[in-house]
Amino acid sequence: MGKTIAEKIFASHAGREVSAGDIVVCDVDFVMGQDGTSPLAIRALENMGVDTVFDPNKVAVVMDHSSPSPLEGVSALHTLMRDFGERTGCHVYDVGCGVCHQLVPEQGHVVPGDLVVGCDSHTCTYGAINVFSTGVGSTDGAAAMASGKLWFRVPQTIKIQVEGAWPTGVYSKDLILYLAGLLGADGATYRALEFSGSAIDALSVEARMTISNMAIELGAKAGLMAADDKTIAWVREHGDRTPRPVDADPDAHYEQVITVDVSQLVPQIAQPHTVDNVVPLPDVAGTPIAQGVIGTCTNGRLEDLRIAADILRGKQLAHGVRLIVAPASREIYLAAMDAGYIQDLTRAGACVVTPGCGPCVGTHNGVPSDGENVISTANRNFKGRMGNSNAFIYLASPATVAASVLTGEISDPR
Amino acid sequence: MIRAKAFKYGNDINTDYIISGKYKFKSNDMDAMAHHAMEELDPDYYDKVKPQGGFLVAGTNFGCGSSREQAPLVLIGAGTQAVLAKSFARIFYRNAINTGLPVVVCDTDAIQADDHLELDLEGGVLRNVTQDTVIEFAPLPPVMARLLADGGLVAHLRKHGTFKLEDASG
Repeated sequence: MGKTIAEKIFASHAGREVSAGDIVVCDVDFVMGQDGTSPLAIRALENMGVDTVFDPNKVAVVMDHSSPSPLEGVSALHTLMRDFGERTGCHVYDVGCGVCHQLVPEQGHVVPGDLVVGCDSHTCTYGAINVFSTGVGSTDGAAAMASGKLWFRVPQTIKIQVEGAWPTGVYSKDLILYLAGLLGADGATYRALEFSGSAIDALSVEARMTISNMAIELGAKAGLMAADDKTIAWVREHGDRTPRPVDADPDAHYEQVITVDVSQLVPQIAQPHTVDNVVPLPDVAGTPIAQGVIGTCTNGRLEDLRIAADILRGKQLAHGVRLIVAPASREIYLAAMDAGYIQDLTRAGACVVTPGCGPCVGTHNGVPSDGENVISTANRNFKGRMGNSNAFIYLASPATVAASVLTGEISDPR
Repeated sequence: MIRAKAFKYGNDINTDYIISGKYKFKSNDMDAMAHHAMEELDPDYYDKVKPQGGFLVAGTNFGCGSSREQAPLVLIGAGTQAVLAKSFARIFYRNAINTGLPVVVCDTDAIQADDHLELDLEGGVLRNVTQDTVIEFAPLPPVMARLLADGGLVAHLRKHGTFKLEDASG
């Protein structure tokens, strides 16, 4: 029987043949924690009696969720992380560097064929570059930081075959929102997703990351894609490690195969308060909005900022509407300035904030007011997610958010 | 045997509801943060559960969303003795075992709020004293049972010096 991408990556890291369902202890290639989870991991390491990491070059802590610090409590946790970095020699990405899930691939830490864990649920993002990466809690993360190993159950795989030509105004975000609606918030729990097909091949690496990023919103452990020429070129541009691409065998066993034709897809919206509460945009067009957010680990990359800038260039936000833009990393911020996107967005009335997660996770940088509707390119719209339980969050593509802040209501970018 | 009252909630209880992001990034003090456990759904959760303990009873996909280990920690801090649900999200399930919060997959449909329950974790039996019924459930997967028996992942690694799990089948 042939093997899936997940089975092959686990086999190469366990040092033996494996099949879905097996329990394996594997070497990991990289371990990451952010400022909401690293402090507990550091405490767990202390409880283990460990004061080093297995390989300082394979461990990173990132200050992104609450960054720069809005509170003295957060400042103390950031200090704890900086001290940990000094002590262990691991990578420290301080305030302003960007969102962990942009930095880990962008800074060349991971390559196709790797097995990676991160103390953040959206660690599945690197599946887009053929990395089996998955989110874990702080204690699991600490065990991996200490030993370079972690235990896993090899997941079954659901294959998502995506064909057809992308219509104008429809993006990879619309596809993954559509799939969240189709499969539901627990539709892929304990499973890996494997995306393939001509419509995936047609996407940039950045747009693919948007899809893998949201695999967890369907409950999945990973959102994997094969490595093609675009992947290899992207990885070589961002680092000097050698890729070890892994593809599925033609006779691999899939628990389920779902086929999607994107040529029939329209822009999608996830309505409050769950990510799987998805409708075609026309169903909610005209819903008033008070704030837009463009950024996050889902849609804060250069291509996303370009799409928004192309729509907003030379125009003005609707009266009374705010737009918060958070580039996913400093490098993206600089590239967007060089390309003029930041100027375009700022002239249109946007407020550009430090690269990081703030607005999405409700720590700072754009907490909505009571009763307000927000349209965001983020990946979660849970009640209270942005810091106010009495606000309503709609999720959409960067194009839809940009079109909507121009009118003050949910608007179709097509 | 754990004896306590049921506190019942619905499906897809995400980790933002268990502990909101606006609190979890502020502090490493779980006892202080426990006051905000389940706040989005039930602002009185801490005050209701803390004095005498309780079972958090839910439907499917409990603990979906973020990887925050603060979620099981604040539930423990608020006096939660176990979570009973029809299914769990993967990361939360691991985090619960790693931090010592018992999690039980069982049919929770018939359990009503305030029912008195008796949980026999090892025996795989949940008795509903109020309704005089018995719910049987599958024991923890062997890997999880070993981790919990060793006192969580940190204690497991201290005891064995490495992972000793692959011989635990399933």
